[in-house]
Amino acid sequence: MSVDKDTVAKIARLARIRVEDSQSEALAGELSNILGWIEQLSELDTEGVEPMTSVVSMKLPLRDDAVTDGGYPEEVTANAPEAAHGFYAVPKVVE
Amino acid sequence: MALIEGKTGAWEMVIGLEVHAQVISKAKLFSGASTAFGAEPNSQVSLVDAAMPGMLPVLNRHSVEQAVRTGLGLNAKINLTSVFERKNYFYADLPQGYQISQYLHPIVGEGTIILDLEDGETREVGIERLHLEQDAGKSIHDQHPSQSYIDLNRSGVTLMEIVSKPDMRSAEEAGAYLRKLRTILRYLGTCDGNMDEGSMRADVNLSMRRPGEPFGTRTETKNVNSIRFVQQAIEAEARRQVEVLEEGGEIVQETRLFDGMTGKSRSMRSKEEAHDYRYFPDPDLLPLELDPAWIEEIKASLPELPDAKKSRFMSGFGLPAYDAGVLVADREIAAFFETVAEGRDPKLAANWVTGEFFGALNKSGIELADTPVDAKKLGGLLDLIADGTISGRIAKEVFEAMWESGEDASAIVEAKGLKQISDSSEIEGLVDDIIANNPKQVEQFKGGNEKVLGWFVGQVMKATQGKANPGLVNQVLRQKLG
Amino acid sequence: MAALADLTIAGARGLLGKGEVSAKELTEAHITAVEAARPLNAFITETPEKALEMAEASDKRRAAGEAGLLEGLPIGMKDLFCTEGVLTTAGSHILDGFHPTYESTVSRNLWDAGAVLLGKTNLDEFAMGSSNMTSHYGGVENPWRKSGDNRPLVPGGSSGGSASAVAARCALGATGTDTGGSIRQPAAFCGIVGMKPTYGRCSRWGIVAFASSLDQAGPMTRTVRDSAIMLRAMASYDPKDSTSVDRPVPDYEAAITGDIRGMKIGIPKEYRIDAMPEEIDALWQQGIQWLEAAGAETVEISLPHTHYALPTYYIVAPAEASSNLARYDGVRYGLREPGESLDEMYEATRGKGFGAEVKRRVLIGTYVLSAGYYDAYYNKARKVRSLIARDFAKAYETVDAILAPTAPSPAFGMGDKMDDPIAMYLNDVFTVPASLAGLPGISVPAGLSQDGLPLGLQILGRAFDEETVYRVAGVLEEAAAFEAKPTFLAA
Repeated sequence: MSVDKDTVAKIARLARIRVEDSQSEALAGELSNILGWIEQLSELDTEGVEPMTSVVSMKLPLRDDAVTDGGYPEEVTANAPEAAHGFYAVPKVVE
Repeated sequence: MALIEGKTGAWEMVIGLEVHAQVISKAKLFSGASTAFGAEPNSQVSLVDAAMPGMLPVLNRHSVEQAVRTGLGLNAKINLTSVFERKNYFYADLPQGYQISQYLHPIVGEGTIILDLEDGETREVGIERLHLEQDAGKSIHDQHPSQSYIDLNRSGVTLMEIVSKPDMRSAEEAGAYLRKLRTILRYLGTCDGNMDEGSMRADVNLSMRRPGEPFGTRTETKNVNSIRFVQQAIEAEARRQVEVLEEGGEIVQETRLFDGMTGKSRSMRSKEEAHDYRYFPDPDLLPLELDPAWIEEIKASLPELPDAKKSRFMSGFGLPAYDAGVLVADREIAAFFETVAEGRDPKLAANWVTGEFFGALNKSGIELADTPVDAKKLGGLLDLIADGTISGRIAKEVFEAMWESGEDASAIVEAKGLKQISDSSEIEGLVDDIIANNPKQVEQFKGGNEKVLGWFVGQVMKATQGKANPGLVNQVLRQKLG
Repeated sequence: MAALADLTIAGARGLLGKGEVSAKELTEAHITAVEAARPLNAFITETPEKALEMAEASDKRRAAGEAGLLEGLPIGMKDLFCTEGVLTTAGSHILDGFHPTYESTVSRNLWDAGAVLLGKTNLDEFAMGSSNMTSHYGGVENPWRKSGDNRPLVPGGSSGGSASAVAARCALGATGTDTGGSIRQPAAFCGIVGMKPTYGRCSRWGIVAFASSLDQAGPMTRTVRDSAIMLRAMASYDPKDSTSVDRPVPDYEAAITGDIRGMKIGIPKEYRIDAMPEEIDALWQQGIQWLEAAGAETVEISLPHTHYALPTYYIVAPAEASSNLARYDGVRYGLREPGESLDEMYEATRGKGFGAEVKRRVLIGTYVLSAGYYDAYYNKARKVRSLIARDFAKAYETVDAILAPTAPSPAFGMGDKMDDPIAMYLNDVFTVPASLAGLPGISVPAGLSQDGLPLGLQILGRAFDEETVYRVAGVLEEAAAFEAKPTFLAA
């Protein structure tokens, strides 16, 4: 699978990672190499094989419906780059 | 089926609804933070809800039970294995950068809802699926000129997304669907159904077609937060699509946003293009496996649901479909009615509950739970009617007094001396006086004017302040005038 | 003082128990060693004051007769574990200034057992790497040098700081995390013992996630016994981690009996790869002889899908990582780069905050999950993963444990392989299969390369059979009698 600059731009956009134009050519090459390498899986016949859901053989645990957490808004925003009046603050979102 | 007449002929709406219903639970879907409404910003947020590094989700058993209850209430298939997947996208109020949802393997499969239409008819709408997912936080855009504020109190609250089949054909049906769904959820106690608080939100999928033709391309109008708005959004979008189609245009499959203020919707296509949700099973969770015995236990604990209750009211109480439908629309009202009707004439009880009682509730704007006249008291009033202590007319007066004071009917009747006069000698005396004093009217009656009888009845009632037994008055009058 | 830092966990425990040394003295000796080893860049954050406080508290507890499993023992904590009030970086610029308000379950278990925090050890950014060169805080040096060649070498990765610190006698032990070999490979490169327990044995709660279905914490120590002691303190059932397994934690130390007579050890033929250096193959053969001499029977086994483990891993891990790392968005913690709009802020923050290797993996992960590719890549990889797990399950029907090399080469030079991601990924060829199957594996230093660098052999076991793994590893360790010390200590 070969990845071009446009594809790099598209997935970088999906991943919200700024990729400078100057890097995208090199990145396209690297990603193509890696994808080409992992593509060897396609030679393996996996017809009828169940995809692995988890390596642990156990049931999903369930917890009781009780309020056991929260109530510490200062901790929630303690590490925020920007907070105001108990909220996180981000550049204005226009919907 | 309501058709829309376009310039080029009739069009039919094809409507499917996706409802997001907030599950009633104390704590969130994957964290132990509270779900209570209206707290200080970020005060009901755990480290998990804020997506702090290294935090992990643990599933709330009650949320699962609520989904199963709802599935059973919708006569739907409960899937013994379901899978939580991550829906990946970036947004300010989505702290993890993904929403934990169910995608390929929802907890509940196909089911049905029976709509009760205005004319008393019913219509079946299919349920496609129900799945569990996390709610997002809240963005507040109007507090700062260049910033949005984020509150994560709702982040992680359990939602059920209930997806209908495209079985509805009019805005009225969509309204009936939402009302019925809300009734069922409230009966089950799985969602409070308060659309104005956002605990129930609807996305509308709509396409137009010529009757009998295959489905057309649909649009999705998001986050419509009242039944009235849903109906408005449907009407507006249907007209828009008909216009586009009749001008030879094509409907673009897109997401639209409804504005309740203007009653219009606009395209969100620009945002849509960038979306590729990259669903994959959440590796922090294992597949959810349900024990069939648990499902049976939940099934056994279900209350009588509105459809069953309605048929019982119809067959057991002989109520007409419309009355029965009105009474079962609210579980508390149905229970109230049953208490009133217990050991009494059910039709009389139904008339009083849906008539005077509903009227008083609406007029005073109070909730059933706070009514000054509870079911026992209303029953007491009906007993006085039944045993002839008061007439139906006096009963209305007594009811008003009960509503004012909260006192028992018998106490009011006693205190105000409203007891019906059923003593025939007393009535005969009154009738004799009236006949003696009104020869002209007697002449008229004798001359064949039956209407004058009503005038005589009125005179007796006037003289007794309405307390005379109307049957007895009629009988005595006919006898004396005859 | 150097002598104190040269103790093992078991040895230090003995001296502390007899009152011949205090936790404070032991900690002071290690603080000195940490300072002396700064050229290795093994620590991102040193916490000497906290260490002394904890040591003093430990001495009080011991005096009160309340000594825990690791009472008074100073250790390093990989900077992927969130530590309350102590800077936690995951080796990334994007977590700038992040001071967790919470303590990871594993570190909490260690403090509850009496351990003392010396500092947070360096690592590949978000644990993505096999060299420790991708850390925002700079590469870590391996305390070993080739004989006659003074060029610095990598300690391996991603737990390179922990490996380097333990090998350089800065800490009695350190925590690591292993996603595809991040404990075992650096342990092998630095001549120490690295144990990756069964997936689900140690809680993942509070560990910065890389690939959730693979990540597993484990101890890095200088001896097998120390590893057993430390794992017992780290492991627990944790209801806060839905993949944590509820079963009792055994006394792993008691499993090191030295007796492996009658055990069957599998030798996987598919691990004999073409590019295997002669010296590593020779060490492997030597390992077989050691185990046979101790009374075990070795049998050739087949793990037929071994060849596909690496490409499977490089789909599964980046896919999960692309989603796990979405939370680093400049809103709630860490770095924020300004942007006019929310999206611009995201892109600027993540563009600047993530290093080259993290970006590569996030982009690969995003790509393999994106519309139209999910089945061909991610779902395919999940199926192959089932086949790989099945290979092991079948092998364990006949054998009790598996012996293999840990890595296909000794430590390489700092800066080597950096321009060839795939060559770098091949470091994990022997460690990744057990990670994909969630199985326990330990790397034990077993010999030196011709250049005088440590080489490791790996023992793999059945799920939750760490005891057998330790028993065999103990025998291997004794037979190998690895006594060589890193060049750095001689300097």
